This record gives sequence, structure tokens and C-alpha cells, in this order.
Amino acid sequence: MRRHLHVDWRAGLSLVGTLLALLSLAFVVPILVALIYGEADLWVFISSMAVTAGFGLLLRQLDSEPNPGAREAFLVVALTWLFAAIFGALPYILAGNGAIAHPINALFESMSGFTTTGATVMDDISFDTHSRSIMMWRQLTQWLGGMGIIVLAVAILSQMAVGGAQLMEAETPGPGVSKLTPHIAETARVLWIAYLALTVIYMALLYGLHLLGYAPNMDLYNAIAHGFTTLPTGGFSPEARSMEAFSPIVQWLVIPFMFAAGVNFVLWWHVISGDARTLLRDNEFRLYLGATSVLTIITTVVLFVSALETPETGQIGGNLERSARYAAFQIASLINSTGYANMDFDAWSGPAKGLLLFAMFIGGSAGSTGGGIKILRWLVILKSLRREMFTSIHPEAVRPVRMNGHVLDEDAIRGIYAFTLLYFVIFFVGVGLFAADAARVGLDLELLDVISASIATLGNIGPGLGEVTGPMGGYGEFPVTSKLLMIGLMWIGRLELFPVLVLLTKAYWTD
Amino acid sequence: MRVVIVGAGEVGRAIAHNLEEAHDVVVIDRDSTLVEDLTYSLDVLALQGDGTERETLEEAGVDRADLVIACTDHDEANVVVCGTAKTISDAFTIARVRQRTLLETWEGSQGAFGVDFMVCTDLLTARAITRITDLPATQDVDTFVGGLVRMAEFEIDAESPVAGSTVHEADQYDSLTFAGVFRGEEMIVATGDTVLQPGDRVVVIGSASAVTEFARDIVPATADNGNEIVIVGASEIGFQAAREFEEHGYQPRLIEQDSDRARTVAEKLPNTMVLESDATDVEFLAREHIDEADLVISALDGDEKNLLVSLLARRLGVGRTVAVIENLEYAELFETVGVDVAINPREETAEEIVRFTRADHTEKVAMLEHDRAEVIEFEVHNESVLAGTPIVEAVTDLPDGVVIGAISRRGKLITPRGGTVVQPGDHIVVFVDAAVLEDVIEAI
Repeated sequence: MRRHLHVDWRAGLSLVGTLLALLSLAFVVPILVALIYGEADLWVFISSMAVTAGFGLLLRQLDSEPNPGAREAFLVVALTWLFAAIFGALPYILAGNGAIAHPINALFESMSGFTTTGATVMDDISFDTHSRSIMMWRQLTQWLGGMGIIVLAVAILSQMAVGGAQLMEAETPGPGVSKLTPHIAETARVLWIAYLALTVIYMALLYGLHLLGYAPNMDLYNAIAHGFTTLPTGGFSPEARSMEAFSPIVQWLVIPFMFAAGVNFVLWWHVISGDARTLLRDNEFRLYLGATSVLTIITTVVLFVSALETPETGQIGGNLERSARYAAFQIASLINSTGYANMDFDAWSGPAKGLLLFAMFIGGSAGSTGGGIKILRWLVILKSLRREMFTSIHPEAVRPVRMNGHVLDEDAIRGIYAFTLLYFVIFFVGVGLFAADAARVGLDLELLDVISASIATLGNIGPGLGEVTGPMGGYGEFPVTSKLLMIGLMWIGRLELFPVLVLLTKAYWTD
Repeated sequence: MRVVIVGAGEVGRAIAHNLEEAHDVVVIDRDSTLVEDLTYSLDVLALQGDGTERETLEEAGVDRADLVIACTDHDEANVVVCGTAKTISDAFTIARVRQRTLLETWEGSQGAFGVDFMVCTDLLTARAITRITDLPATQDVDTFVGGLVRMAEFEIDAESPVAGSTVHEADQYDSLTFAGVFRGEEMIVATGDTVLQPGDRVVVIGSASAVTEFARDIVPATADNGNEIVIVGASEIGFQAAREFEEHGYQPRLIEQDSDRARTVAEKLPNTMVLESDATDVEFLAREHIDEADLVISALDGDEKNLLVSLLARRLGVGRTVAVIENLEYAELFETVGVDVAINPREETAEEIVRFTRADHTEKVAMLEHDRAEVIEFEVHNESVLAGTPIVEAVTDLPDGVVIGAISRRGKLITPRGGTVVQPGDHIVVFVDAAVLEDVIEAI
């Protein structure tokens, strides 16, 4: 007996088509850049835009009045991100320059962009090989992916008002969508406005430093390019040396903005509306601030007592300003998965690298653009573990777990345990597969490379800690099979595991 | 005064009984048996009907009533009675409720539902429990001016830090006044030079927090200040009591057998340790060291269970036991067999409501040491010797044996000192030697 599919895949695909058509408008930005600089890559973006819009409008024909439900939400979200990465890779292939001209590499770079991972397979990051418009597109993908394509679509498209909350929940990091206003579209708009406002302020400050003469390299192009990748915790930079290419004062300015990108944007909205107390009272924000501060202080001490010295930066050990700057920068960058580097931290001592690895497993806040396991989950896990200890001493005690004074549902706590366990399972499976794949092709990797390849892609962090995956290295050396796996990990990681993984279950399609 | 009481339950009956002699009382109830019973047992007019209906209220003559008391067992009905009564008369309305949330709504928007005064039975009982148990070494406690001012009597222990010091030395509190000292048979009106001797009972008047602080300070640090509180039963009273203790800075333990109820109250009480167990499980009691508790309050449904728990707690060696008793007739019996304090919710409610029927609504009296002294609250009138003059000058016109303990001006507490000028309309709380009471009342 044949069983019917219980997923309205036509409605789902039709909506994906609408979203792709919307996304194709983003190509306007690199088109403008190409026009300003008079670059030959203009046609690359015009044709990419035409193909994306055409495919999107074609998919739309599948269902003239799509009405996707809760189940279709997973399909829509997972496929939108996959297609975004695929069509976002077109310019790299069409431009045909450097390592990213290879389709798999192009897809890797595009997925890394949209998921705000920031891992790169580029062999040569310079305007000699790539045009400014290609580089700007690479930066822009991160900005689009940061707050989320779906959130953007809900904010703009009126037809997404119904079911928008379900779609946003499937996409937005962290458990549950907090509606700020009765209309979901308005909530999405509020989030994007907060995101846009912070981005613009940040760009203006960067360029302001340049105009005042404190940041020679931070011209308007760079200010916009870095604005596109800091707030989404992306980490791409058009500079080969990442943030190392800029003056210390720029690096100091980037630190608070990287930190801010890891905070729940709902809280920023409250701050923008003049209510800073909500931010300061928030349990998750306090833990995030506390974890960042403690890790920064310890790392500063570790760097200060080390004999670290590099040709580019000079003596770091014994120099308090440098120790503090490098520590604060790298902790802020890795704790919430931004992935910028202001020096090659692969050269750091073992203990210092250990601290960075620890930071990678923390993640940003729920509702932020940061990836990883997320502070909120750690907070709930810590609180419920403390409860376990307490109830083992007092077996009869009834102790609800509270967050910001509100009682958490036991199902939500169980869900958080399940997520975290699954996250670690996928991480370890990734480590095993990368190791096996490297052995298959005879690639000699350090242990740190294998571990970071898994956590840096799954957690959407970007740079790892080894020689290959490190901030000044690149993922280009990995075999194609590993790259495909990494693309999968980035995809799964950005959508917080479940929307992608449920598509692989039989129950999803047939029940 | 014409009083209409809706609801002839125990509270309604108690109020009716209290008022029958001096006032015209009409009682309304839906239960015809109760109505008939009332007709013959009390000197009141008992009517059968639904108090939420306009017709019934008109029949009871609500338009001519001065006071309407709604005290059925249903919160919503009581609120509706008051709201309806307000539309047909100018009577002062009192509603009795059980839900604290309803009280909070009303407090947040005075006059809501057409209710002029709201009494929350369970909260009242919970507050009575906390009041009695909150202060260590207390002999007597009472509150004035709607809880703003507290009066307490303490016994000074030989080990107490204030033993041997003068009142002037001991007085380090902003909003606290030393009113009087009882030494054996003697009653001394406190002055700055009065020496506090071991065995003295000192009466202080002031803000609730100052009195609590003083209580903590005078008890020797070695003694456990009665901080270990165990409440048995998460009934509404048990729950409210836990909440009251939390608000006073305690971290009580609450034992509840039903797991759903335990979870519900645990969610609402962040600073209470809720334990899901049978309070008569001796093994459990030993494991949780309930025997070391300073106070066990039993607030289970059922007087017998409360008696059992209290007796068990006493046998384990608990310092003090308090039991909630529904049946007033048991109270004396319970206290005889070993329960330290028996509290009856209905009695508390009826007393609170009856206070409103007195001629002067605000007046309150507390008697100390078998009426050797009294603490009185009253409103200052224009003709009073106190009005418009500094206290130093005013007291020369008063007999000896009077201490002005606290002044409340438009809801704010003012600590009286020599230079303070009392204004008409102020509420003052005075400590008065019973011997000069009449002279004082006349002068004031």
C-alpha cells in the first residue's frame, strides 16, 4: 500500500521561491559596487540576480496560494537557507577567480557567508585576485544571514504574517520567539531595525576614526565591509590579515560591537527605546557579560606572563595593553562565534589556546546573531544541575528552575538537554569523520585542526585553532568530501539542528 | 445603624451576633434552613434570597443601609454584591475574599468593584501567623494605622546586648520610640535615662522594620533567632503564610503531600524550600532535621490533622507550634494539650470587619500587662491640646505617664521628637498609663 506524503511540499517550495525572489534583490549592492569601481564583474551579478529571481519565480508557480503549516515550516526554512547558499555561490563561480571558482569551494564560501560562520577556502584574499564587488558580496551574505533571511522576509512580505511566527521559531537561534508586538511582522521589523541601527552606528564610528586619522586603512569600503560582518557575528574580512590590518584603536572599537552582537537583540530594542534596566536585569546577559569578563581576565594574565612575540605585533608578554587587547578581542570574537582575528592566535601558548577552545563552546545569547550552544542553554543546564545536587540531598524538595524570575517548563529544560547532547554527538561524529577523511587522502592534520574543523563549522565560528584551520590558514586544504560535510555542519548549526535533522526522519514525511 | 450582611456562614453569623444588640441587622442567605435558624437564634432580620440580585437587596432595604458586608464563600459573588449595593445606596461596603490576587487588584485601584474595604480571609490569617511568630522573644505585638506602626513588648534577657544600658544608649533607631518599661509590678514611662535591666519588659512603638531590627538586636547572638520555620500544608493559608515570611526576609520550608500542589506553590515561592512529603513520616522529618525548627505551623485542611502534626512536632522538640483551627470550640482544647497558638481564620475575619462598625473607624486600642497600660491610636482634632504645638510644650498640659509613640501624616510615618509639631488630621499612637487614661483622653 502506498502511503501519502503528509507534507505539503508544493506549498513549501512555492514559499521558498518567493523568498529566493526577494533575496535576489540583494544583488543590487554588489552591482552598485561594480558600477562605482567600473569592474567587469558587473555582468556576473546581473546574471546571478536574473537566475536567482527566475528560479524563485518558477518555484512560486508550484502553488498559487501556499498555506504552509507548522510541519512545512521546517522544509521552508531548511531549503531557503540551502538555496540561498547555492545561488549565493553563483558569483564566485561565474567570476572564475582563485580557489572559490570551484563549485564546491564556492558553495562552501557561500554557506559560510550566509550562516555567518566566516570559515574560508580562499587561497588569496586580496583585490589583486578578486574584485571589490565580489568581496562586498561575500561580506553582504553574512549581514543577510545574521538576523536571518526568514526574519527579514517576515518583516517585508505581508503574505508571511500568517505562519511567520512558526517560520521564525524554526530559524531564530535559541528556544522560542518572543513577540514584542501583537503582529509578528512588526516584531521582525523591530529586530531588523535594531540590527540596522547598530550596524549603521558601527560603520559611522569606523569611518569616523578613519576621517580623524586614527585608522589609515579603514576607508569607506572597509568600514562598510566590516560593518556587514561584525554585527552578524560573521568574521569575514576583505583583509587577508583580518583585524590585524587595522590600528589598535580600531581593534578596541570592534570589541564592544562584537560583544553587542552576541546579546539578544530584543534587549537592544529595549535599550534603544530608553529602557536599559531590562538589559541589566536579564539573567542571560549577566552570565554572558560575566563569562566574557572572566575569560578575558584569565586570558590577559596568561598572555601577560607568556613570552609571546611575533614579527608583526612585537612583544606581547609583559605588555599589559597588548595582552589585554589580544585577550579581549579574541575572547569576544570566539565566545559568540564572530571569528575575527587581530593576530595569528595559532601561535599562542597551549593554555591560552585552551581558553579560546573553551570560549568556542559557550556561544552567544538566544535571539542574538551569535552561534554555538548559546548562553541561555548553559544557564538552564547549570541551574538544573544545581537543582539535581540539591534534590539528591533533599529528595522531597520541589524546585522549579527559574529564568529572570519566571518558572521554566520542565519540557523546555528537557529540550535543552536534548539539544546540547545532540550538539555534542554531532560534534564528535564530525571529529571522527574529518579524521577518517584526512587519513583516507593522506593529509596529516593536528588534533586541534580536526577538533576545530568540527566545532568551528557546527558552531558557525569560522577560524579554528590548528595550523590549517587557524585564523591565517584556510579550509582549502581539506578534501572535497570533508568540505561537503562542513557545508552540512554549517547549515545544521545555523538552524539549530532540528529544522534540518527532522527532514531526514521518516516520521516527518509519512506520519 | 442599619447593617446588611450577605452570607450567613460562620463569618456572617459571627458578625451578626456581634452587632445584633446595638444595630439593625439584616442577613441575607440563599439557604432557607440557615435563614430559618438565624431568625430564631439571633435578634436579626433574616431573608432568604440571592444577594447579587437587585431585588433581594432592595427587599433588605439596602437603600437605607449604612453598611453592607458581603461575606459569602464565593469571592465573585461578594464583589458583585458590593457593586450592586453601590448603585442603590451610599452605604460603606465591605467584601470578604479568599483570593489574594483579587485583593491586590482592589488595592491597586481603590474603590474598584464598588468595594470600600476588602478583607482577605486567608491573608489575614497568614498575617496573624507571621505577626505572632515574626519577632523573637516577643510577649505581645500589635499594629496600628493600617500596619504602618507596630507596637511590641519584649523581655530583656541578662545576655542581651542592651541589658544594663540606658534608653538613650539603646536608642539607635531612626523610627523607634521607647514607650514604657514594666519592671516587676512597677510601670515606668521611659525617658532617656531609664536603665534597661534584665527581666524588664520594654514596650517600643515604631515602623515595622525598626521594631524587627530592634528585636533581632536585643536577643543575644548565641540564640537561634527563630529563623527556622516549617509550614505544614500548602493550603491557601499555608501558602500565604510562606509568602508573608518570604516578604519578611525568611526562607521557610513548606511541606505538601500533593505533588501538583507542591509544584504549583514552589513555582510561586522563589525563597521557600518546598518539600513533597507526608509530614507525619518520621524518617523524613529526621532526615530534614525538622526537630531543629524553631517554629512549626500546621495549616492542613482539618483540625485533627493539625493537632496531630503539632503534637508530633512538639514531641520532636520543636520550639513553638502554631495550628490553624477551623472549629472555634477546639481552640482552647488545643492550647491545653500543647499547641502554643491556635489561630481561627473566621475569628480573625469577623474581628477585622467588626472594627469597622465602631463609631470611630480608626480608633484602636491594645491593652498591655492586663490593662496596666494601653496603646491607643486616634486622629488629632482641632481642639486637641496637641494640635499646633511642639510636643515638648504640649506634654506639659498632659498628665505624667503619656508617651507619643508614632505619628502618621497622610500615610507617612513621622517619628515624634521634642520639636515635632502635631497637626490636626494626624493619626497618633500613644502609650498611656492606665491610671491617667481618662484624663488623657479628655485632653486629647
